[in-house]
Amino acid sequence: MQEINRERQGELMGKKVAVFACSGIGKPLGSVAREIGYELTERVRPDNTVLTCLALLVVNDPEALKLIKENPVIAVDGCVLACARKCIESHGAPVVKAYQTIDFFKKHNDLKPEGITELNEAGKKLAAIAADELAGVVDEFVCGGGEK
Amino acid sequence: MTDQPRKVGIISCSGEAIPGGTLSRIACRKVLDELRPDKSVTLCFPLFIAGGEEERMFADMFPTITVDGCEKRCAALGTERLSGSPTKTLIVTEILKQRGIPPTTKLRNLGPEEKAAAQAVAEEIVAAIDEILATA
Repeated sequence: MQEINRERQGELMGKKVAVFACSGIGKPLGSVAREIGYELTERVRPDNTVLTCLALLVVNDPEALKLIKENPVIAVDGCVLACARKCIESHGAPVVKAYQTIDFFKKHNDLKPEGITELNEAGKKLAAIAADELAGVVDEFVCGGGEK
Repeated sequence: MTDQPRKVGIISCSGEAIPGGTLSRIACRKVLDELRPDKSVTLCFPLFIAGGEEERMFADMFPTITVDGCEKRCAALGTERLSGSPTKTLIVTEILKQRGIPPTTKLRNLGPEEKAAAQAVAEEIVAAIDEILATA
């Protein structure tokens, strides 16, 4: 993972956090990644985050490129191929944090996600817990570490 | 492209931030799982960037249908640029308009209206698959 330096970190402070999630339709953990994105941007930190389509980075969409160059970016991937992180980094914009949903599942292995088009309740709960954990990262950039 | 395509590739934009992306994703999955499981394959669209040469050969290996959630047409344009020309390009918003279905607004937790819209998109994908295979 590319790292951000102190100067870059300073530039990003106080800005909305851009969230990019896995686009996969092959595995439940990809759906969990998207659900984490929705939970974080709709429920947990709606005022300080923005969810954007990963596909926009594949086609070099100018607005999406501006977003990742000027804002702190979180990538949430559903598998080790790490499409979200790699697509962001391919544009020379290091992510401030990159997550893989399997790591949340390892910590909460009683919540086994199932379903791709429709996540089961365990998958939704896992995503909600993960989004709550990610709130700290958002707060670090938007509020300098304090609670929202 | 192979001589006798037995399967058709489907590339969904999967747009996480737009309702059309959600419909695209669900419709594609429905085709892959229920409607044409033996005649369709897929690849995660961002793998054209994050994957390797094998992923970028996708549109050469399979006649490919792209299913975009909005008029930005990321899946169609990206497939064209990074893999090969799609055989057919579908856009969710146009399909809904043609069928007189109101645009959906939900990204998740879909209700009956969104599921019906996804079904309509899935039917268009199936028609495209059948047409491609019939003319191959």
